[in-house]
Amino acid sequence: MSIEQSYVELYKEHQADLKKPCSDLLNAGRDEAFARFESLGFPTTHNEDYLYTDLGVPFSIDYGLNLNRLYIPVAFRCDVPSINAYLYYVVNDSFYVTQEQPVLPEGVIICGLNEAAQKYPELVAKYYNRQAGRDKAATVAFNEAFVQDGFFMYVPKGVVLPQPVQLVDIMRSDVDFMANSRNLVIIEEGASAQLLECAHTQDPVQFLCNRVTEVFVCENGSFEYYALENTHNKTTNIGSLLVKQEASSNVLINTVTLHNGLTRNNIRVDLDGANAEILLCGMAIGDKNQQIDNFTQINHNTHHCRSHELFKYVLDDSAIGAFAGRIYVAPGAQKTEALMTNKNLCATPTAKMKAKPQLEIYADDVKCSHGATVGQLDEAALFYMRSRGISVQEAKLLLKFAFAADVIENIRIDALKDRIHLLVEKRFRGELSKCAGCVICQ
Amino acid sequence: MLTIKNLHANINGKEILRGINLQVNEGEIHAIMGPNGSGKSTLSAVLTGNPLFTVTEGEVLFNDKNLLDLAPEDRSREGIFLSFQYPVEIPGVSMTNFMRSAINEHRKYKDLDPISASDFLKLMREKKDLVELDNKLASRSVNEGFSGGEKKRNEIFQMAMLDPKLSILDETDSGLDIDALRIVANGVNKLKTDHNACIVITHYQRLLDYIKPDIVHVLYKGQIVKTAGPELALELEERGYDWIKQEVDAR
Repeated sequence: MSIEQSYVELYKEHQADLKKPCSDLLNAGRDEAFARFESLGFPTTHNEDYLYTDLGVPFSIDYGLNLNRLYIPVAFRCDVPSINAYLYYVVNDSFYVTQEQPVLPEGVIICGLNEAAQKYPELVAKYYNRQAGRDKAATVAFNEAFVQDGFFMYVPKGVVLPQPVQLVDIMRSDVDFMANSRNLVIIEEGASAQLLECAHTQDPVQFLCNRVTEVFVCENGSFEYYALENTHNKTTNIGSLLVKQEASSNVLINTVTLHNGLTRNNIRVDLDGANAEILLCGMAIGDKNQQIDNFTQINHNTHHCRSHELFKYVLDDSAIGAFAGRIYVAPGAQKTEALMTNKNLCATPTAKMKAKPQLEIYADDVKCSHGATVGQLDEAALFYMRSRGISVQEAKLLLKFAFAADVIENIRIDALKDRIHLLVEKRFRGELSKCAGCVICQ
Repeated sequence: MLTIKNLHANINGKEILRGINLQVNEGEIHAIMGPNGSGKSTLSAVLTGNPLFTVTEGEVLFNDKNLLDLAPEDRSREGIFLSFQYPVEIPGVSMTNFMRSAINEHRKYKDLDPISASDFLKLMREKKDLVELDNKLASRSVNEGFSGGEKKRNEIFQMAMLDPKLSILDETDSGLDIDALRIVANGVNKLKTDHNACIVITHYQRLLDYIKPDIVHVLYKGQIVKTAGPELALELEERGYDWIKQEVDAR
């Protein structure tokens, strides 16, 4: 039986269970999505966009799924000493209702996706799957077929959230486990918000998380999204971040892969309105046999939009990194500015990096650039530092830290920036080798 | 303080040093001169443990310790300092972090606690004035975007911060205009005591007008072929190296 076939059986057998606790909205596209997945199959290395990451392999493990929405208790203390934030949890794929929910400005809604779809069907229907529907990835179709809950955030017209929202995702299970969680973020006209999402794993089992996050930023809206992954080596994390930007909107995305197992991030940004601006950055730190594959696609669908992209990888031991930066400039998208930089450091001869910038330009009055480098630690700099009494370990640490610094500099929440600085330093010192709860909050 | 006996070293199998013998005592300033390619910079690289060079024979004692057994960082902690001919740029590493790491590792080696923030800033300020480096130095990346003169002054600044027993100045005068040369030389002279020593490697007599050596050596084809007082430097300035080459080649 093929890997796909086992999921076909699962879906056939359990589709009633899947649908029962869910709103009509989440159920509406399920069968069609599953059919789409069935015809696509899991992407393997035969697929041009998955040359370095075979997703058939992690899906072949026999995972448990929580189709009947059993309550899974967690003991996860997460008080944030330095970041004042509205704090929420998603456990596996369920929005976790804590005793005290933060008090939000009027009109702002933050709750579970299934709850939102039941309480505010018109609002959710206007956005749900509208951006994901443009994506042809099998993992997105798979998510749509199995989705049951996730995180919902709505910031109405003109509202500026006075403090960041922090979403803590925890994978928690006693058996090997899969979750297909779904996030939906809506930033209306002129609204502004910051979201920090930290992904963690709590138990020493094999996890697979296939998460789809749809983000809509309407005209003049502003959104900052910081995604921090700190999961253990037995985790497969497949993230699809699908962003739609209207005119004059401003978005910052910063993904930090601090510790992981196998990670594939698909980030797609559609610049659909003139003067939209995106700064997309990412940092990945890998060692042992960790693998981090960021696949980014920025679509300049209209004129006068700007995109800046900066990704940096620091790879140690036998870690594997992959980066694809695809930029599409549509016919008529004049005065586009698209700048992409990808710099990578392989600290050992066995670490591997695959970098692939891809520009498709169909307009003639544009400014586009791309640059990708793969290098080693600078031997001359290392000797220079050692000659001043700095040990090899410390010198390497300083160099790695310096290399990653400009990605951290792009974090606009000061308390978070300090925190990430510290975490990255700890990571390079090898003090973060296993996930012991929420490191953001320790 | 430093005793070099029959030191041989090569790079990629090519022998550069062919039996160096040298004795440096506390309070002395030695100048090592010589034509291009004679092995001057190799000597400084070997003394500081540059991994590009391989020592094939000989012995180096530094305060009775076998220097060649020590890692580069331990040589520094024992009190050896090299002012690089070409200081290395390290983008992203601030001078402050760089210097604090160095100072603290030196202190750790001596079983001392890390330096306090205020003491460190005071020390930086004090030593920076010595070589007339500006206040923005602390936040700048190590040597990045520094002019040639600033880089050399930065080397002497680091020397002042680390307070070495033996300083090796490798062509510190190269690329310096006359004002920068004066500032650098003044810095070196102010740091000189009866308990430390200095090896000045140079091509030209010019620097030796400012830093007065006690002993002058001529290095040629990987060996010290002549040793005399400061008057030798003046003679070389006047007559060049050819007469020495002829003398040696005739042997």
